[in-house]
Amino acid sequence: MADLLFTHSYLILLFPLLSFVTISLRPVQLSPKMAGRFAIGCQGLSMLYGLAVAAAYWQTVIGQPQLYPARSLVCFDLAWLNFSPTLTANMGIFLDPISVMMIVVISIISFLVNIYSVGYMKDDPGFARFFALMALFSFSMLGLVISSNILQMFVFWELVGMSSYALIGFWYQKPSAVAASKKAFVVTRFADTFFLIGIIVVSFYTQSFDFQTLNSPETAALLDHTFMLGIVPINLLTLATILIFTGGWGKSAMFPLHIWLPDAMEGPTPVSSIIHSATMVVAGVFLTARMFPLFAASEVTLAVVQFVGAFTALFAAIIAITQKDIKRILAFSTLSQLGYMLFSLGVAKMVTGIHPGAEINPLGYSAAMYHVFTHAFFKCMLFLGAGAIIHAVHSNDIMDMGGLRRLMPKTYWSLLTACLAIGGIFPFSGFWSKDAILLAALQSGHYIVCAVGLATGGLTAFYIFRFFFLTFHGRARSKFHDVRENSWMTFSIMALTIPTVTAGMLEHLFVSEVTVPGLAYTPNFSHPLWLPTLASLAGIAGISLAWTFYGRGRTEAAERCRLRIAPVYQVIYNKFYIDEVYLFITHKIIFHGIAAPIKWLDRHIVDGAMNLIGEFLQQGGKAVRLLQNGQLQLYLGVTTLGFIALLFLGR
Amino acid sequence: MDSLIIKEGFPLLSFLIFFPLAGAVVLLFFNGEKFARYWTLAITLITAAFSISLITGFDTTTAKFQFAEVHNWIPQLNIHYILGVDGISILMVLLSTLIMPLCILASWRYIKTRVSQFMFSMLIMEVSMIGLFTSLDFVLFWVFWEFMLIPMYLLIAVWGGPRKDYASIKFFIYTLAGSVFLLVAIIALYMKTGTFFIPDMMWHHYSMTFQILVFLAFFLAFAIKVPMFPFHTWLPAAHVEAPTAGSVILASVLLKMGAYGMLRFCLPITPQATFLLAPYILGLSIAGIIYGGFTALAQHDMKKLVAYSSVGHMGFVTLGIFVLNIRSVEGAIIQMLNHGVTTGALFLCVGMIYERTHSRELRAATGIGRYMPWYVTFLTFFALSSFGFPGTNSFIGEFLILAGTFQANKFLALAAIPGAVLAAAYMLRMLQKIVWGGTNNPDQSYLKKHDLGIREIATLAPLLLFVFWIGLDPQPFLDLMHHSVVNLINQLNFIQQQAPHVASAFMR
Repeated sequence: MADLLFTHSYLILLFPLLSFVTISLRPVQLSPKMAGRFAIGCQGLSMLYGLAVAAAYWQTVIGQPQLYPARSLVCFDLAWLNFSPTLTANMGIFLDPISVMMIVVISIISFLVNIYSVGYMKDDPGFARFFALMALFSFSMLGLVISSNILQMFVFWELVGMSSYALIGFWYQKPSAVAASKKAFVVTRFADTFFLIGIIVVSFYTQSFDFQTLNSPETAALLDHTFMLGIVPINLLTLATILIFTGGWGKSAMFPLHIWLPDAMEGPTPVSSIIHSATMVVAGVFLTARMFPLFAASEVTLAVVQFVGAFTALFAAIIAITQKDIKRILAFSTLSQLGYMLFSLGVAKMVTGIHPGAEINPLGYSAAMYHVFTHAFFKCMLFLGAGAIIHAVHSNDIMDMGGLRRLMPKTYWSLLTACLAIGGIFPFSGFWSKDAILLAALQSGHYIVCAVGLATGGLTAFYIFRFFFLTFHGRARSKFHDVRENSWMTFSIMALTIPTVTAGMLEHLFVSEVTVPGLAYTPNFSHPLWLPTLASLAGIAGISLAWTFYGRGRTEAAERCRLRIAPVYQVIYNKFYIDEVYLFITHKIIFHGIAAPIKWLDRHIVDGAMNLIGEFLQQGGKAVRLLQNGQLQLYLGVTTLGFIALLFLGR
Repeated sequence: MDSLIIKEGFPLLSFLIFFPLAGAVVLLFFNGEKFARYWTLAITLITAAFSISLITGFDTTTAKFQFAEVHNWIPQLNIHYILGVDGISILMVLLSTLIMPLCILASWRYIKTRVSQFMFSMLIMEVSMIGLFTSLDFVLFWVFWEFMLIPMYLLIAVWGGPRKDYASIKFFIYTLAGSVFLLVAIIALYMKTGTFFIPDMMWHHYSMTFQILVFLAFFLAFAIKVPMFPFHTWLPAAHVEAPTAGSVILASVLLKMGAYGMLRFCLPITPQATFLLAPYILGLSIAGIIYGGFTALAQHDMKKLVAYSSVGHMGFVTLGIFVLNIRSVEGAIIQMLNHGVTTGALFLCVGMIYERTHSRELRAATGIGRYMPWYVTFLTFFALSSFGFPGTNSFIGEFLILAGTFQANKFLALAAIPGAVLAAAYMLRMLQKIVWGGTNNPDQSYLKKHDLGIREIATLAPLLLFVFWIGLDPQPFLDLMHHSVVNLINQLNFIQQQAPHVASAFMR
């Protein structure tokens, strides 16, 4: 039974693909309504099959550690590209703890978001197109996580980028949406080219694309040599892993490549919800986890991962405090949470045989994956909730809201759990995963990172409850018409409260089973009780502060505070002006400073030089033509002169 | 000679050359427009069908020239009529024969004046393209090489746009200037070897000076044709003025002649000069990739945009060829094929807009996505293919080239990368404008009833098939060329080992 499930595990991918192809190519005419139902059906089947595979995996692979010591299983692997007899790229399905976990998360969230979208996208002229693209999106992301080799992953990686491009720019009548989609695609693709070079580098030296080979200690040892780039010594392992990580850097929108993510909210809210929770942005974290044994062999790479993660966590949380657009707050909160996941990966340590003696502590890896899991559900719910609010009040500005508690009670109570979870309040899911992350940082001796994590936790609780109080509490700050909860939408939101509240129970499972390949966590480190206490206190402090400033929907105290630090506030509110810097570089420097002058150069200098040659020949011809004028006197005169000259020269 | 070629019973290659010629001659006697269209379509389709039988009879386990035919032509000068294909040229022949029916379909409505003369030129074009890729005698090759200029000149000069005179003369003079050097090189080689049979000229130990001179003469002729930076300026002019079918042939097949010439002549005939001069050509290739990308980014004319993207893409091809290892050369040949498919398709797409809006300006085409969903679906896939999206054909080609380049020289691979980002940027810029546009789109609603017709879908669909076929299952294509490429590179390496002092330190 299990074997049969594994053999046909491609069906998880096939259902969304079928849905995409059917709806977009329309071999049979589907009404928009039917297209939506069809898409939900396909996603549902994909989810059921994914859950069945996960169950079979649990029973067969995890249940029989003697048969599957690495906890992984290659369901099938077909040769795709033969580069040389020794180097082949395959297309396959690879199941291990993290890919199975991602299959579960992606398929459940896609299914729920699809249901939600029936309500949200109702009356949109692009209803059917929306569902087709959503199906393509989940297909690509599912393909990404089950890839058996890095080249296959890259193919799906780009497909994820492509489908997000189409979805962010879904409302193509809006110039801002189109600009945002292009920005997302170009920024991530810029990062992806480094990823591609990284792939070429590792495949060149190892003659393999396969994850299992790439992650072996032999690969790390093979790559671990230093060469001189001019006068700078460069470690090849570090270079290759950082190049690969750059792909994840862009996809997970880490500073300074984060600029596309806040703009990506220009897409319909269900799209933001799925981008920020299960697909797209976690791809970078997933890549880091997938390649972790190789990354871990280079201390520099892990330090980069850790630093980038920790910095973005704090940086984005600070920006989130000042934002007024409901989706922007959530977008920056995603950046911040992704930062948590990455620094958690960065603090994990494993011995690979190259740097013996380093302390083994793979907890960070498990904690990061655990946070991916919990975050996906509560962040998805937060966005769906935000979408429901926007749908109801027709505004994105939290200053226009307030008092929605009575009008949208189901959304209110559901979102409360999500806010408590992301704020890290016991016993909601976020508390457990953040606790694991902070513990991992503490145990591996990265005290500063741990402190950053604690501080960010406090900020998180503050900004999320600022959003919560301003939206739901107090009195309405503008007139709402006909605020109702749509049952399609509330169903998904309420369904997501289940994992948000209960995922805390899975901590032990993640810590013991979702571990670095071939390395089990041995809990021989102390787990000080003061750490969760401190984290909870930070969270409660954040909520209390939010309540003092914004409780009952008041804003006066916050306004006074804002005026006192107006210049600083302005800088933060404008996201440290990083978008402006990018705009200057791309538009002013690249387009007007390089491309346009080169166009001019091509026209006037390069082509001009060629024309000049032609002109020169033509003029030369004209000049020579004067000699051939048919006047005998001239010919005779020249001949005589030549004769005389010869007489003298000949002497 | 017989050790290098394999003969077959039926003279298939001669048939492929003379069948369109016979078809063209018939057109001289009948003037009906409708007849000319259907007749030419039938001729090109039959030629294409016969060319497919090349594959079934092709032996992929040898690097010899197959389907060979040998006849005396001018015995006094030792000039023969020799044809044959190997793994490299067979793909080019197939590209030419398969693209022709699509060009005829694309000109169905576009060409309204002098239809039968147009179709005559197209068939003559096909004759010279197939002849060029199959010739194994250098004089024969040169005849086709020059012959091809005439129909192309006529296509631009008679059926071209407003500045057709300028563009056609520029095209003609530019290419002719290169061909003169080619002729000199051919004669010089004949003086040395006493033969015009191309495989006999290969792998001789000519003196270094002689090799360098011959190489430079070859290079100038082929670099203009490719076109490589800085010899590319005829290309945008010719493309902009040429009718759609002319642009497609120009991009898909004519540019390949330059790259094909480099593979067929520069590498095997002047191997040591190749090793010596390759670094400079690689430099020009990289310059072309970056330069083409930036220039394309600044264009407002769609045809110019695609034309400059060709400069960048062909830069990848020459990069792959002169990196001189199996992977990169295979990548370069795949990329030649890809460029033929994708850029040809993009020119067809631009032509389809032009037929409707009578403008090639990006501004005039903004926002037609709403009214022409079929059209933009095709356009999207071809644009994705153009910037090397995984799963499409160009990804395979670019990946192989980059992987091969990395193997040879790591900095070069890094230097080519901005080209890939630029390609995404300018293609997305075009795609975004055409599909969506902005708030102040011109009113395109009249296009609502003018989405692609069956004929146009039939023109684009085969190309789309190849985009995904090569992208998802490139193995059959690689198998076709594999032995010829391996043979080429092995011979090159053998020569280099014999004369190690030539080996440049650059080519590690």
